[in-house]
Amino acid sequence: MKKAFLQTINLFKTLLPMLCGVLLLVSLMHQLFQNQYRNWFTGNYLLDPLIGAVAGSISFGIPITSYITGGELLQAGVSLLAVTAFIMTWTTVGLVMIPLEATALGRRFAVIRNLLNFIFGLLVAIATVYTLELLS
Amino acid sequence: MTSSASFLSKLNGRIKFLIFMLGLYVIIALFNPALTINALNYFIVILAKIMPILGLVFIILFGTNLFLNPEKIRKHLGTDSGLRGWFYAIIDGIIISGPPYVLYPMLGELKNHGARNALIATILYNRNVKIHFVPAMIYYFGIRYTIVLSVYILLFSLLNGKLVELLVDE
Repeated sequence: MKKAFLQTINLFKTLLPMLCGVLLLVSLMHQLFQNQYRNWFTGNYLLDPLIGAVAGSISFGIPITSYITGGELLQAGVSLLAVTAFIMTWTTVGLVMIPLEATALGRRFAVIRNLLNFIFGLLVAIATVYTLELLS
Repeated sequence: MTSSASFLSKLNGRIKFLIFMLGLYVIIALFNPALTINALNYFIVILAKIMPILGLVFIILFGTNLFLNPEKIRKHLGTDSGLRGWFYAIIDGIIISGPPYVLYPMLGELKNHGARNALIATILYNRNVKIHFVPAMIYYFGIRYTIVLSVYILLFSLLNGKLVELLVDE
């Protein structure tokens, strides 16, 4: 039991400085980007999904926040493709969390996973929108 | 100057990152104090919110270290877990709730105990399918959209896991 306790303490000692650093970064990004999303989209059908994916990648929060923001973007005229890319990368890509992810799971894992998820975010968005078009 | 440089070089990357962030806040405070204060307030709010969660994470990690041995993890999420492992990864990803800074340490421990990179990546990808958030998604995007997107997330999570493992382990 003592060994398990010490292992957990050591893990926390490793993670806490990184966690505080990441939260400081998240807090700063939140101040810079909150309520700014609508201004980022151009109306270009090809460019907007990429912007959506980038916006989702640098954002942070529980998935429901991305649905609410995505719903508002849709109402503002942003394409479903861009909004879906935004929702997908919101949860699956965490640019500001990469240092923490790398500490826990390894740098190579964190970088490759986030890169792949960015690409997959776009692919899932395209697949979803085209499937919906086919179904309708 | 030389001694401070030598002191910094002895620190590990995590401490350096924290010092870098604090330095960034000091620099931004010189140009935009209001932004810095708002960011610090937000930081305190998040920290206060996650303190109880971190307590819970500590207990879970302690329990993991105490009761889960590498053999058990390898059996369910290791290289020999087969199709059952993929199934567990999908279900775990859907069920597990919580912010990444809570999940990463837990998944890191599973990895240290022998879990496959592919299955950890699959768990992380399926975080996008959250049963308790489905009503909200239906409200904003409709039921058809929610079903189609969820199915694609499940399918792509498997491909994602396989590719992550292929590229990380090579």
